[in-house]
Amino acid sequence: MSPSKIPADLRYARTHEWVRERPDGTLEIGITDHAQSALGDLVFVELPEAGRVLGAGEACAVIESVKAASDIYSPVAGTVLETNEALVSTPETINQDPYGAGWMLRLRPAESGTADGLLSAADYQQILQSESA
Amino acid sequence: MTNAAEQIIFERSRPGRGAYSQWPEDSEPPDDLPPALRRGRPPLLPEVSELDAVRHFTRLSQRNFSIDTHFYPLGSCTMKYNPKACNTYAMLPEFLGRHPLAPVSHGQGFLACMYELQEMLKAVTGMQAVSLSPMAGAHGEFAGVAMIRAYHAARDDLARDEILVPAAAHGTNPATATMCGCVAREIPVGPDGDVDVAALRAAVGPTTAGIMLTNPSTLGVFERRIEEVARIVHEAGGLLYYDGANLNAILGKVRPGDMGFDVIHMNLHKTFSTPHGGGGPGAGAVGVSRRLAPFLPVPIVGREGERYRWLDERDLPQSIGRLSAFMGNAGVLLRAYVYMRMLGREGLARVGEFATLNANYLLARLRQAGFDAAYPQRRASHEFILTLKRQAREFEVTAMDFAKRLLDYGYHAPTTYFPLLVPECLLIEPTETESRETLDGFVEAMVQIGREAETRADLVKGAPHTLPVRRLDDVRAARHPDLTWKPAVP
Amino acid sequence: MPFIPHTEEDVRQMLEAIGAQSIEELFDEIPATLRIRGLDGVPEAMREQEIGRLMTARAHADGRPLSFLGGGAYEHHIPAAVWAIATRGEFYSAYTPYQAEASQGTLQAIYEFQTMMASLTGMQVSNASLYDGASALAEAALMAVRAHRRSKSQRILVPANVHPHYRQTAVTTAGQQGLKFESLPYDPRGGHLAAEGLVPYAGQDVTALVIQHPNVFGVLEDVDALTDRAHAQGALVIAVVNPTSLALLKPPGEWGTEGADIVVGEGQPLGVPLSSGGPYFGFMTTRTEYARQMPGRIVGRTVDLAGHAGFTLTLQAREQHIRRGKATSNICTNQGLMMTAATIYLSMMGPQGLARVARTSHARTRDLVAALARLPGVRPAFDRPFFHEAVLRLEQPVGPLLEQLAAGDILGGLDLGAWYPELGSSLLVCATETKSDTDLERYAGAFSTALSAVRAA
Repeated sequence: MSPSKIPADLRYARTHEWVRERPDGTLEIGITDHAQSALGDLVFVELPEAGRVLGAGEACAVIESVKAASDIYSPVAGTVLETNEALVSTPETINQDPYGAGWMLRLRPAESGTADGLLSAADYQQILQSESA
Repeated sequence: MTNAAEQIIFERSRPGRGAYSQWPEDSEPPDDLPPALRRGRPPLLPEVSELDAVRHFTRLSQRNFSIDTHFYPLGSCTMKYNPKACNTYAMLPEFLGRHPLAPVSHGQGFLACMYELQEMLKAVTGMQAVSLSPMAGAHGEFAGVAMIRAYHAARDDLARDEILVPAAAHGTNPATATMCGCVAREIPVGPDGDVDVAALRAAVGPTTAGIMLTNPSTLGVFERRIEEVARIVHEAGGLLYYDGANLNAILGKVRPGDMGFDVIHMNLHKTFSTPHGGGGPGAGAVGVSRRLAPFLPVPIVGREGERYRWLDERDLPQSIGRLSAFMGNAGVLLRAYVYMRMLGREGLARVGEFATLNANYLLARLRQAGFDAAYPQRRASHEFILTLKRQAREFEVTAMDFAKRLLDYGYHAPTTYFPLLVPECLLIEPTETESRETLDGFVEAMVQIGREAETRADLVKGAPHTLPVRRLDDVRAARHPDLTWKPAVP
Repeated sequence: MPFIPHTEEDVRQMLEAIGAQSIEELFDEIPATLRIRGLDGVPEAMREQEIGRLMTARAHADGRPLSFLGGGAYEHHIPAAVWAIATRGEFYSAYTPYQAEASQGTLQAIYEFQTMMASLTGMQVSNASLYDGASALAEAALMAVRAHRRSKSQRILVPANVHPHYRQTAVTTAGQQGLKFESLPYDPRGGHLAAEGLVPYAGQDVTALVIQHPNVFGVLEDVDALTDRAHAQGALVIAVVNPTSLALLKPPGEWGTEGADIVVGEGQPLGVPLSSGGPYFGFMTTRTEYARQMPGRIVGRTVDLAGHAGFTLTLQAREQHIRRGKATSNICTNQGLMMTAATIYLSMMGPQGLARVARTSHARTRDLVAALARLPGVRPAFDRPFFHEAVLRLEQPVGPLLEQLAAGDILGGLDLGAWYPELGSSLLVCATETKSDTDLERYAGAFSTALSAVRAA
């Protein structure tokens, strides 16, 4: 298996989500290359409704492959602004481009909601290594 | 097996054709039904002759593996031979024709069988009372956990909503906990396959409703500290649920009731040899200790003198209630009854013995042939786990590849990738009805496939090659669901 | 040994290969304190010939009465070919079709079944069966809560004219997860649910309305008005239907403007014997958009490595073996063989044969009701059209009358007193295509005699 890509400019959660801070202060969330590779070919994505208020660590989406289903947890607290509806008809986009076109949702972070407590790329890399050991 | 593709039955359909002799006489179109309630377009059903239908479904049947045609070493499924007499005597016309709401005056024969079945199941499990109404293992699990909840509720002990399950539990266990409004909490399993008792001790408390265990466990080994487990859970105020999936292993040797379990479900389609029917029907009778008896699902068969009758909510006011429209899978229960009577007390005790003998023999032979047991220090119960992680590493041939290649050799695949705890696992359960020659043939096939994995890995990875279809594109099936046939648009 | 093929020599050699002295030694990990010595309480073994004699005698004791019972299970003619094929070992003794390549027969049969049930109910997708009609209603209620994302109340409205056992099963099953089932009264004259009955719930959060059609009284509901009203008030519609009736009646997918959302029912009338209540099978169909909220197995058509069409279980991430605690249901084993039998039955019946079964059953019940209503003190309880069951109101208590009839080997119907005491002495009768003119005459004659006898007593 080829090593997973872990872009240095993103933040990560232990549950294998990534967070991108956008210029306007909103956050973009998706799943990591490692996560998509472990799940295999994705066949279904269920996304939250816009406007939903999420707590940090709250289950907010579901992705399915043929052999597994997995909950996606919001790494930070906030309100759902929009979701990537294109994934509903082409879930394989997450497999192909997990950090780009495969983004899942955008959040307006709550006052308490910040990406600061999340893992850096290096920390996440270390966690993956310790998991596979 | 036949590999010739079989048309979809709708493709055989021709307007105006039909199985006329099977149809009733016609009647005038009804004049009393309001037009708004009547059907316009007829339903899409095939229009075929009797011979068309007979040939089509017979050919379909020939595209299946079955116990009658193949060895099925499917771990945790107990695919033993289904004696034909069980089918014949359950299908006597009076039994088939008996209406579920018929008065007991026209059901004493049937009810006698059901009552005696309840009594025999009590005897083999050591439980105090039995209800036959659950229609499958998971249905029995539901009844069991619902009874545990009802028991706590009746004592005003309302905080207990946690069901403990070992990490290796069958998926129905946590799913059942959810169905019952509880939360499943996993207990780790130690390296020897037994429940981690220290972790269990730390997990129990005032929110513990109970624990669900199979014994022997899904890892194919007997939970040696079961008495201690029972004590810990009971002292914390929880109850013990026995998942009867593996009852075949211990039949006649040890009883769940004696191990301290409060409630058990039995898969009659496993241990008591009723057929699997390509996915069902089963029967999931539940047995309980005295303290849970008031909560049993209704109806139950009771006896007053020489007469049998149904016991319902009036007799069991604390019952969790009704699980289905009528009394459960009566026809399956009759088959189990005939099976138990044909084996009798000695025959039933031999089941556990020979199931265990066959499993240990098969494990010994496979290990001699170079395969790795997942728990080499442990005695196999009625089933055991091989791990193919070495083969996966060395030849990139997975447990799934082995399983699929076995199909080419004429053996149904063992259970693969369950339990998830063991990497690249095959869970193998030969059952007592298979002969030594069959087991030897299976070992030979495994050895052959092992050789192929080394020398011709592609052959194994591309298997099966000789069945009606090759490996199917599951991803496409799930991404673009084609769930019903649609006529071609002209 | 019964069903164990081992010779003494086999056992000796097998133990040698294991390295054990005795079979007993293989149980050495079980604590000695737990071991039992034997299975007292189980009788001695019987040979096939002996059990055959016993079962035949017991079957004979139950007899083959002339039955006019309905109430959720219906006597229909089953073509000989149905069970001749369904009990072939390749269907009967096959396992769940997880290994798709070794199960194409069962899988294709399920795909054909899904097609038939979807069309019969007027919906887009079907699963591969649930336990029975009542448990299917319970699952439909749970599914409605998942499917109706905007509704948070978990309130399900269930009219009192839904089969009481179905209502009880739904409460037992879905009540555990906090669903609330609220009863709606039926119209005392028509036996149906009036659409106005839903008005008090306008503006409230209701997850779903259950409509049984025909209902437990055999009465047809005003399905278009009810469906539209429920949808207008923001509730989903769960239809509980008799599959035979759908050859004649508008399918739930066409009820009202948008159709029902989830359709369930008892599959027994489609080629499954009465057999004291089971095994039967529950069916469930729905809209495409709710397919992933369905419980139970679903089969899809796809292609294999070589590009040939084949069938496989699909959308499995809904199920317990993958989703565990978050599965749509804990169901695993279903009623596969009964579903296979139903597929064969529907193939032999076709659209024309099934329509004949429905029309003739309806006509026979009308004949029966007309014949009985001619007797003194007997009249139909409701004034609305029915399918193949109807309620009669009597002036005498029903129990003694039925006992008298049963003594003459006639099961005269179902005493509704226990379920619906407000109806007084009332009897639910059913006559399907299996009843001849002679049968109806025999029943009416015996009924008349029994009425006089009970009156005199």
